[in-house]
Amino acid sequence: MLRPRIIPCLLVRNKGLVKTIKFKDGKYVGDPLNAVKIFNEKEVDELILLDIDATAENREPDFELIRNIAIESRMPLCYGGGVKTVEHAKKIISLGAEKVAISSVALENPGIITEMAQAVGTQSVIVVIDVKTKSFFGKQEVVSHNATKSTGLSPVEFSKQCEAAGAGEIVINSVDHDGVMDGYDLRLIKEIRQAVSLPLTIIGGASSLDDLSDLISKFGVIGAAAGSLFVFKGKYKAVLINYPNAIEKRQVLRNAGVNC
Amino acid sequence: MIGIVNYGSGNIYAISNIYKRLNIDHFISDDTKELRKASHLILPGVGAFDETMRILYNTGLKTFLDEMVLGEKKPIMGICVGMQLLAEGSEEGILEGFGWIKGTVKKIDASKLKEKPYLPHLGWNTVELKYQHPIFTDIEHDRGFYFLHSYYYDCHSTDDILGTTDYGNAFSSAVHHQNVFGMQFHPEKSHQNGINIFRNFSNI
Repeated sequence: MLRPRIIPCLLVRNKGLVKTIKFKDGKYVGDPLNAVKIFNEKEVDELILLDIDATAENREPDFELIRNIAIESRMPLCYGGGVKTVEHAKKIISLGAEKVAISSVALENPGIITEMAQAVGTQSVIVVIDVKTKSFFGKQEVVSHNATKSTGLSPVEFSKQCEAAGAGEIVINSVDHDGVMDGYDLRLIKEIRQAVSLPLTIIGGASSLDDLSDLISKFGVIGAAAGSLFVFKGKYKAVLINYPNAIEKRQVLRNAGVNC
Repeated sequence: MIGIVNYGSGNIYAISNIYKRLNIDHFISDDTKELRKASHLILPGVGAFDETMRILYNTGLKTFLDEMVLGEKKPIMGICVGMQLLAEGSEEGILEGFGWIKGTVKKIDASKLKEKPYLPHLGWNTVELKYQHPIFTDIEHDRGFYFLHSYYYDCHSTDDILGTTDYGNAFSSAVHHQNVFGMQFHPEKSHQNGINIFRNFSNI
């Protein structure tokens, strides 16, 4: 039986790992390779690595970093950040990542999803959709460039576009919930789940293993991703790379009603 | 000595890293002279069927591997798309595969799934063995393996199916015929279970 995935999401800035709050104020939390080694030992389901400055600084992905991480990673790896061209996607897959994530380039040109899918296989092309509440009335829109650029696009409509263009998975990244640890945005996820049939992964808001169970109980096979939850420990947010062990993970799934 | 066939597929370094940790002699090469020295061959794979097969035809690796596998009977293990290449062909493309294990690669029928998500089949799933084989020694089956694909190997002979995985229907996720092995999942990204598959393969 296919299981829901529990996924640490790591953010890279200047070759180090940071954790943001609402996409701002990156706090240094450690070295990426060291974190990968720890996550190997903890047998994590999958790892998402996002270079959060590549697009904002208009530079290419750091291929050397990706190579080093991919070689070390004994778990599936999804890399995103600064990926703009089919050549970038091919190179990242050839360096050993299973999946390549795009974001702003898909907003500018959704056709690139199709081109990348033809080059590296549809299962390896992931679109990360950053979502932010636009107004006092709670209307949400897709944003880019670390939430500094607004697009006016509805997350649901854009998700459908990505699916039609041939994306293999959609990652919903909530700016409002990023680093806040106040639970996932379940209403938004429900709308997107109804609109598309692709695998979904959700980031933003998880504060405890119970939040993961809650998400999984509502949506079944889904990627439950988190940043803060897996890099901080305790109420003072001491930096500690962590991940549920096999017994705890089974408990998360059982609490969600998964038979395992 | 394990020879990892390098034809531009990405997961080769993760595989070589695992063999390094296991202290098992191995090398990565695209050179048939070098690969000829290997006792075992690994055919990795990420990408689309035709794109992958085209490279193998153009580089002469297709002819070479036919000789190694059919002539010299060297053990070979195909992984993910590398496994699908063992078939005679694929719905995903028009080129002929190796055809070492009779069957064709077909798209997973998503209409058989009760709930979303449909495709790709992505994540950790279990392999149910049809019979016990040394390549699955020391596997904790409930931990499962990592899958990422939309096409599956439709084996013509049930005798060639080593293990199946349930996704809508049960499909063949591990195939075996004589010296040829294929794994639809990614053992190089399946933690200890995957490491054990690589170790076991080297002992065959």
